[in-house]
Amino acid sequence: MANRQELNRNLAQMLKGGVIMDVTTPEQARIAEAAGACAVMALERIPADIRAAGGVSRMSDPKMIKGIQEAVTIPVMAKCRIGHIAEAQILQAIEIDYIDESEVLSPADNIYHIDKTQFEVPFVCGARNLSEALRRIAEGATMIRTKGEPGTGDVVQAVSHMRLMQSQIRELVGKREDELFEAAKQLQAPYDLVKYVHDNGKLPVVNFAAGGVATPADAALMMQLGAEGVFVGSGIFKSGDPAKRAAAIVKAVTNYNDPKELAALSEDLGEAMVGINEHEIEVLMAERGQ
Amino acid sequence: MRIAVLALQGAFLEHEMMLSKLGIDCFEVRQLEDWQQEKDGLIIPGGESTTQGKLLRDLGLLTPIREAIEGGLPVFGTCAGLILLAREVEGNSPSAPVPPRLATMHTTAARNAYGRQLGSFHVESHFKGIEGDIPMTFIRAPYIKEASEEVEVLSEVDGHIVAARQGNQLVTAFHPELDDDMRVHEYFLKMVKSR
Repeated sequence: MANRQELNRNLAQMLKGGVIMDVTTPEQARIAEAAGACAVMALERIPADIRAAGGVSRMSDPKMIKGIQEAVTIPVMAKCRIGHIAEAQILQAIEIDYIDESEVLSPADNIYHIDKTQFEVPFVCGARNLSEALRRIAEGATMIRTKGEPGTGDVVQAVSHMRLMQSQIRELVGKREDELFEAAKQLQAPYDLVKYVHDNGKLPVVNFAAGGVATPADAALMMQLGAEGVFVGSGIFKSGDPAKRAAAIVKAVTNYNDPKELAALSEDLGEAMVGINEHEIEVLMAERGQ
Repeated sequence: MRIAVLALQGAFLEHEMMLSKLGIDCFEVRQLEDWQQEKDGLIIPGGESTTQGKLLRDLGLLTPIREAIEGGLPVFGTCAGLILLAREVEGNSPSAPVPPRLATMHTTAARNAYGRQLGSFHVESHFKGIEGDIPMTFIRAPYIKEASEEVEVLSEVDGHIVAARQGNQLVTAFHPELDDDMRVHEYFLKMVKSR
């Protein structure tokens, strides 16, 4: 499995500098691909609708996911519930390119995450801080994303998660080697991963931003804060002109450091998703699965 | 020597780190203004070829880069780069418009030729002009299905062409930038020097 883990980390490296978009139909998947998405996340309902509908949210119908796999040539990801080993096995059986063990769905297990080292297909997991990120990597995640607060169109949580993670990384880099054992204890994470971060100044896997990204400026902000790429969930297909907004966000991620280009990209995008503020919502998805 | 690295999307940083280990100066190309700098060669990294192709076109880079390659600028494409340089491509979405490409190399590339991520693999194999085997990491990789006479085959794995050269153009279906072996990059730099 060591080789598989490496290949799975490598696929995430190929997604860097790209935008992964939530899609619910083959038609949306084609729009996303044509707009320049580097991968799509197939799910029955986008997070904003999951939030509005309430109730238990589960893995999508495999038939719906297969329809999207047939519609596009870029990698297709899908979500399973935290700790739901069987849902993950099902997604592996239909040869999904990446599984998102996601707090957006209702958790199936309040204590244990999936032992992702037992799977051939790769996993991406959400994290609010370095502790969560390193625990997920220890469990076999080969890609990390911020949790943000999905389905809100409010970027504030993704920003605080990314800032916290980056500042914790910088803090580790600045430590003496003999302080790393205590750091591992504080972080509740394996020593070898803590040592890796200390030595390399980054996670051993790719780290994307997710949760609440709705505009090209949001995407550029996350890239400037150290994200290696961006997930956009509800932000695209909850907006007035999805194709145009999607293409603009793709370009904003490539030229995130060029304000003139970003200004041009931000023009005439139509209505952004309305969004709700983080303090106005009842369910904080980011608190699921620590 | 100064190498341009196409940095629209994908694993461009890995190439930059490889060049830096070899003591070679490089710069990122994210827009037309970047491209206009002096350069001795170009690397097109792995990533999603549909994403990179679309950005090449939308950013006005497609034609100037194609003209530079046709004018003899040495270019090295890995994975998505192999697809972007291929004249013909099989395995695109049937319903979608064909993604833009540079199409300067007389090859037919098969996209996602090994299937989805479960088909990704690693082997050690021979590369013409390099002694011994080199590590080859294939990630949702393409291969070259057909190549015309002016294309020199440099490596085959399981009967499929996975590395080739046509004059100033070098392509690999695998990712030398993901492994520690620097000899394929050195091979490209030799091409640049002998131009």
